[in-house]
Amino acid sequence: MPIIEVKQLSKTYRVYKKREGLLESVRGLFHRQYRDVPAIRGIDLTVEQGEFVAFLGPNGAGKTTTLKVLSGVIHPSGGDVRVMGYVPWERSNEYRRRFALVMGQKNQLWWDLPAQESYRLHQQIYAIQASEFQRSLAELTDLLGVRDLLGQPVRELSLGERMKMELIAALLHSPDVLFLDEPTIGLDVIAQHRIQQFLRYYQEKRQITILLTSHYMKDIAALCRRVVIIASGQIKYDGSLSGIIDNFSSSKIVTLELAGGEQPTDLETIGQVLDTNWPKARLRVQRTDVPTRLSAALARYRLTDVAVEDPPLEEVIADLFAQVDDRASTAEGLS
Amino acid sequence: MNRALHFARETTLADRIRTWWVILRISLEERLVYRGDFALGTLMRFLPIITQIFLWGAIFQSAIGHDAGSAGAQNPSAVPQTATSQIALGGYRFDDMVAYYLMTMIARAFSSMPGLSSGIASQIRQGEIKRYLIQPVDFIGFLLLQRLAHKVAYYSVALLPFALVFFLCRNYFVDGWPEPGRLIAFVASLMIGFLIGFFLEATIGMIGFWFLEVSSLLFIYMLGSFFLSGHMFPLTLLPDWIEWLVQMLPLKYLAYFPAAVFLGKIPADELPQEMLIQAAWLGFFIILCRFTYAAGIRRYSGFGG
Repeated sequence: MPIIEVKQLSKTYRVYKKREGLLESVRGLFHRQYRDVPAIRGIDLTVEQGEFVAFLGPNGAGKTTTLKVLSGVIHPSGGDVRVMGYVPWERSNEYRRRFALVMGQKNQLWWDLPAQESYRLHQQIYAIQASEFQRSLAELTDLLGVRDLLGQPVRELSLGERMKMELIAALLHSPDVLFLDEPTIGLDVIAQHRIQQFLRYYQEKRQITILLTSHYMKDIAALCRRVVIIASGQIKYDGSLSGIIDNFSSSKIVTLELAGGEQPTDLETIGQVLDTNWPKARLRVQRTDVPTRLSAALARYRLTDVAVEDPPLEEVIADLFAQVDDRASTAEGLS
Repeated sequence: MNRALHFARETTLADRIRTWWVILRISLEERLVYRGDFALGTLMRFLPIITQIFLWGAIFQSAIGHDAGSAGAQNPSAVPQTATSQIALGGYRFDDMVAYYLMTMIARAFSSMPGLSSGIASQIRQGEIKRYLIQPVDFIGFLLLQRLAHKVAYYSVALLPFALVFFLCRNYFVDGWPEPGRLIAFVASLMIGFLIGFFLEATIGMIGFWFLEVSSLLFIYMLGSFFLSGHMFPLTLLPDWIEWLVQMLPLKYLAYFPAAVFLGKIPADELPQEMLIQAAWLGFFIILCRFTYAAGIRRYSGFGG
């Protein structure tokens, strides 16, 4: 049985339409106008136990909204959701003891107290047995290297240390499902790397199910075998990370290394010139044209080296998001 | 199996009480971080008592009329005890007035909830309320324990200045200590007053689910409470029809009622009934608070947090 089942999930926010000007604002006090903003439009998703899934998408795509529905914070407008057999927004205590949500920008630890005090509270709230609690806490603090910081008030910790403490708080009750919303936002490279390593180790060892949203491709490349791309409230792609390039990139990057100080000016006939760093030149070529263009180049120039690569993943995804954005704004312009 | 285990644990009362205790203890620790701040605040609170003594002295002076002499008017605190103790306003003599004011300070120390409403509203606005939807913990129960800890922390610091001021003013309590029965009623009315204050102000804070800002509403409440709770003067001073109306309101349990019980201004035969009405108001506010929270959460999760 899949651990997360989402069928035709939709969520429409009703937002108060504030009009400009004082007079209109006063009028708005008595007669409010609302605008429906669809955040999710018909998402289907099935996640098996032990999967580590990344949600990828531009801002406002519906990633966080989906996580909010799954963690029971909001009601969907339509569709059906089951997580471990529970309906999340019924918020039964049994369900709430079996998952955790970590939001990178939200703090759930007591600001003025050492983190261990917050953990004691978690122990009670989640009814964790004392021996189990001690064992988990020791394991998690060792893995993240924060044992010495347990007694320090949270406000005195750095952002990275705080995030590690947040993760510990979320994992103390050994949740079966973990939702992570931008867990590495604002962290430096070292802290990001440490958290990635930790998540990978912990997930592999415990075989828990994790859904993660992130803007950092490095997070996703390091952690998730499965990527779900959400844009404009719909799933655009669901598959492996490398599959994104095959699906969405129509071009390849061809690098030519010319011999004998040659600097031809007619490279445009081979492909779009991205940059030149003589004797090297990088060109973008349509994927289907690569064989013919390449043989043309070999015939025309004296070359010492040739390389054909996929464009960087970030670029492909950025292009994909831009396309979706364009389409969305055209659609809105028409309506 | 896992699920059954969780369920079984949840039902034991001992575990729940341990949870409450931990919340209380941690909240207390957190409050004590700021103890210096409220030690000073507590002392400042007693400054108005001096104004009050002078003010009531002047009022009673003018009530006595001209024969008390102009010397007294210049220095109202020097009003001869014999002259002022004859007169009573709304059933309170001059000494009673000062004693009443001191007692309402105790009552207010129990029933006032600084920062509760605005804190709830800001938790809603900033989305921190999510935490209570995600974690298996009751928001209102959590707030109540937190508030209890605030109060305990406050008294641990405020006890000394309170004792000092009451010792200095002991002569205003002309009737001495109340008999044990009244003392118990007084303590009970303070406890219920604390709970009424809590659930009332928590409800106001939860209006934040509908309106982003509750500060103006809170201001109106504070203003109303200031006059209608009897914080400034005994409600019996009000014109009859206004007094009748104000006595019907629950605000009097926040200040007037406990003070009046202590000073023996509530007739013994009316006391049990009054206590019952106070308890009924508490029941009303508990239900109102729970209802508002449930409705607010429905709206919050419907609209999208």
